[in-house]
Amino acid sequence: MMLRATTRVTLGFILLALVCLALGDFEISAHDPWRSVGQLLLGLVQPDFSSVDSLGQALLRTVAFAFVGVGLGAGAGMLLALCFHRWWVRTFSAFIRAIHELFWALIFLQSFGLHPVTGVLAIAIPYAGIFAKVYAEILDETDPLPLDVLPRRAGRLSKLVYARISQAWPHLVSYTAYRLECGLRSSAVLGFVGMPTIGYHLMAAFAQGHYSTVGALLLLFYLLIGTLRWWVRPRLLPIYLLVAPFLLGTGLPIMWSNVTRFFSEDIVPAPLKRGEGLPALWEWFAQLFVNQALPGILNTLLLTQIALVATGVLALALFPVISRHFTNRASGAAGHVGLVIMRSTPEYMLAFILLQLWGPSMLPAVVALALHNGGIIAHLVGRRSNEIKLRQDAPHGIDRYAFEMLPRLYGPFLALAFYRWEIIMRETAILGILGIATLGFYVDSAIQEIRFDRAMVLILITALINIGVDVLARRLRGYLRLRHGINPQQC
Amino acid sequence: MSDFVLKDAEAHYGATRVLGPLSMRIAAGERVALIGKSGAGKSTLLSLMFDRWRAQNVALMPQALGLVDTLSVFHNVYMGRLDRHRWWRNLATLARPWRRDIDEIKALLDEVGIGEKCWTPCGELSGGQRQRVAAARVLYQQGDLLLADEPVSALDGPQAGHVMAKLTEGYPRSVLAMHDLELALAFCTRIVGLKDGAIVLDAPSETLSSAALQDLY
Repeated sequence: MMLRATTRVTLGFILLALVCLALGDFEISAHDPWRSVGQLLLGLVQPDFSSVDSLGQALLRTVAFAFVGVGLGAGAGMLLALCFHRWWVRTFSAFIRAIHELFWALIFLQSFGLHPVTGVLAIAIPYAGIFAKVYAEILDETDPLPLDVLPRRAGRLSKLVYARISQAWPHLVSYTAYRLECGLRSSAVLGFVGMPTIGYHLMAAFAQGHYSTVGALLLLFYLLIGTLRWWVRPRLLPIYLLVAPFLLGTGLPIMWSNVTRFFSEDIVPAPLKRGEGLPALWEWFAQLFVNQALPGILNTLLLTQIALVATGVLALALFPVISRHFTNRASGAAGHVGLVIMRSTPEYMLAFILLQLWGPSMLPAVVALALHNGGIIAHLVGRRSNEIKLRQDAPHGIDRYAFEMLPRLYGPFLALAFYRWEIIMRETAILGILGIATLGFYVDSAIQEIRFDRAMVLILITALINIGVDVLARRLRGYLRLRHGINPQQC
Repeated sequence: MSDFVLKDAEAHYGATRVLGPLSMRIAAGERVALIGKSGAGKSTLLSLMFDRWRAQNVALMPQALGLVDTLSVFHNVYMGRLDRHRWWRNLATLARPWRRDIDEIKALLDEVGIGEKCWTPCGELSGGQRQRVAAARVLYQQGDLLLADEPVSALDGPQAGHVMAKLTEGYPRSVLAMHDLELALAFCTRIVGLKDGAIVLDAPSETLSSAALQDLY
């Protein structure tokens, strides 16, 4: 029997994931993992809000870093989007967005130290790259006619604002608002490397075994994201943007000598610094590549493929919980809440929590990636399923799922899964900082050993792999003729 | 004074010639109606003229109007004169328009009968209202030549005649693609009939009657 292209690709991915599964390490090494899970759940049920001062400040800082970072990123992204027809702008944007926020944070921590600038740039730079691409796509989809009928001698800026940005405005605003939610997650996660946001307090509470404080922090974080649409109003945005820079805290002062030393000495490969010439440099690079980059790449790919398939399985299993073809009003609402919680928790935070509970292996990483990304795809596929109109005598239950829903939704589902492939890869690399031997692990170790030259090379390699997967995913979407509109959800 | 001449002009769609070669001159004071079956080349001729003469002072009112749905009626009309102001004044107008501009544009909108819609986003208007906004925009823009494609097709009765009068009085020359022959004869000085991309009729309108024009269809 001839298999259809989508089936062949799916089976290929599953087979690959099974092979990876056999090669990976999935042991639970904690003594009593379920007791810790129980403690955490108890903490969620009995949260302790008593340390309100520090909780309030953690929330405030999280919001402030998100606003300033996303605001700067959006401004810079718009400028880049306007010259997006130039190949070097496209390449530059692809490059800066291929490096994860946490990697940027690690880089700037070495130069600017624990100064707010570090956190702000760590969000603003990769976001600028993403905004550039999506803004350019949105502007490209505007109707060109209003521009044609404008008086010919009108200024470029006036033409742009009146004929194109004004048309695209609602899309630009809704995409930017969506990214703001992503920014809040990024900002929270920056706490894990020392910024004064929620992640920092979460880490501290875990270290001291204060599960009720962990519960309180998580609940507040969900509340913050769940109520976003009520407190982020277009009219209030300018006020937020003006006030936010003053709420970042002071951190530690920047040592400018460190900054110059970092960029002029620290990141220069050691053999070059010692003047040993090109053969030594090649030797240095080969060592680094074989001993660190290669195992890092292999583990990253391994974990990515498993997580991708796990994400897909979870998404296909869960989308019915918000689909009106399978739920009534009450169960549908409950399904929505469940998926919101799944997708609001950043992978990094989930992985951190699960690692504390289960001990180090690839398992916490796969589960974290699958829960977060599966929640997002399930949400989008479920929403898509609600647009389907079934005939009145359509079958019910599992028959409805298998014959009416899945055949119609599988194309969009695959498109979304491929969009998230690159994102899962980015996250997989970064989870290494938590101790799983992906690329992030080697980057983090190099930084611990104060070998920034190695860290930079490893970060560059990570970026190149991300770009490679992005290109591959685009090819696959083209080959399978999948398209899911512009603005795929990206974080 | 600008000179509006086409000489052996042609338009191609891929490898096929869809229009011309044709020659035409638009003299000052002329109001030309382009008539003919749909597909005869009226819109193609208009966009060809716009391409050839866009360096001169030409205003275009395309059939799809070219309005920005997210902007208010006021701003869509204001866009007709984006070239008369500095960029910062245009940007400031988006946030808070000048009193002088409001008065002038309000008066124009009143003339075409939609003064009360001044601050409504164009996306919320009906087809006829949108057409009047586009008419107000070209009236506000001013220039030496107006090119308009079916400028009153969505208006009926006296409204259509009223807007036609405003448009033809507002410019020293105009070329209008029309399907309503009565309106064309009433407001234009010259009728150009197109068939299969070629000019088959070119005469002053007082020598023609709407019955005689039926042959074109």
